[in-house]
Amino acid sequence: MSLDLLVSHYNYWVVIFLMMVGFYILISRGNLIKKIVGLNVFQTSVFMLYISMGKVSGGTPPILLPGEEGVLYSNPLPHVLILTAIVVGIATTSVGLALAVRIKEAYGTIEEDEINAIDARTEAAE
Amino acid sequence: MLLTLLAAAGLALLRGRNLFAVVMLAGIYSLLSAGLFTVMDAVDVAFTEAAVGAGISTVLFLGALALCGHHENKPGHTPLLPLFVVLVTGGLLVWGTMDMPGFGDPANPVHHHVADHYIEESYHEIEIPNVVTSVLASYRGYDTMGETTVVFAAAVGVMILLAGRLGRKPRPDGKGDGT
Repeated sequence: MSLDLLVSHYNYWVVIFLMMVGFYILISRGNLIKKIVGLNVFQTSVFMLYISMGKVSGGTPPILLPGEEGVLYSNPLPHVLILTAIVVGIATTSVGLALAVRIKEAYGTIEEDEINAIDARTEAAE
Repeated sequence: MLLTLLAAAGLALLRGRNLFAVVMLAGIYSLLSAGLFTVMDAVDVAFTEAAVGAGISTVLFLGALALCGHHENKPGHTPLLPLFVVLVTGGLLVWGTMDMPGFGDPANPVHHHVADHYIEESYHEIEIPNVVTSVLASYRGYDTMGETTVVFAAAVGVMILLAGRLGRKPRPDGKGDGT
């Protein structure tokens, strides 16, 4: 029973592990670019979760073979959703990186603690 | 197998402090995940991931690194609180998967909502053999249009954020222009 569970859920668990690695990078690292890398890891792991759910054992990619009967295809719907998500993901990544570049310009650093220290000093000076 | 490699790449990403190496590893991670998508029959997704994830986003990261420098400081606080949050979240998610049907089972409910219709009818209705294409462009065409809007908004955002760069000269002490 438990071995069956391991085999049939291994995909989901590794995906969750990767998701948590990304999440950990996101909340524990102070460097803004490293944070964005973590966000990307998180994102990709969500893609993998969806694609795992769309897989049918013994299925083929969902490109129809007209005239052939009884072919088992994997589920095309998650693929479509994830195609959209990948493109939206690169859009958010680029905005995040642009923000990081702008912060570097204004503060001279992209480390979160240094930015907070500079902010605190500016507030104290006012 | 690929999944285990991916997990290793993820851990290396976590450890690395040289951001240049981290970005390169992220590219490798992306490529590995594209391989995984191919194995799981999602060829279109694999194309996109290899081109966008391993290609374009690596280039974007390298560009940002060139402007920001590639050294990361050691984290200043103890990792205990984030670790705790992550473990609790991960535990909850694993608990959630206990109710999920097994990987690859053709009887999973996810395969029998609208997917059957797409696979059986889309060739008669749209005459494109690739089901992913016909769903993307026709059945869910509004989604794709919304996606284009998001990309447009992101492009505008990046341009607004970086537009002033050409006009401003950084101060010689490298502390930015203070605006």
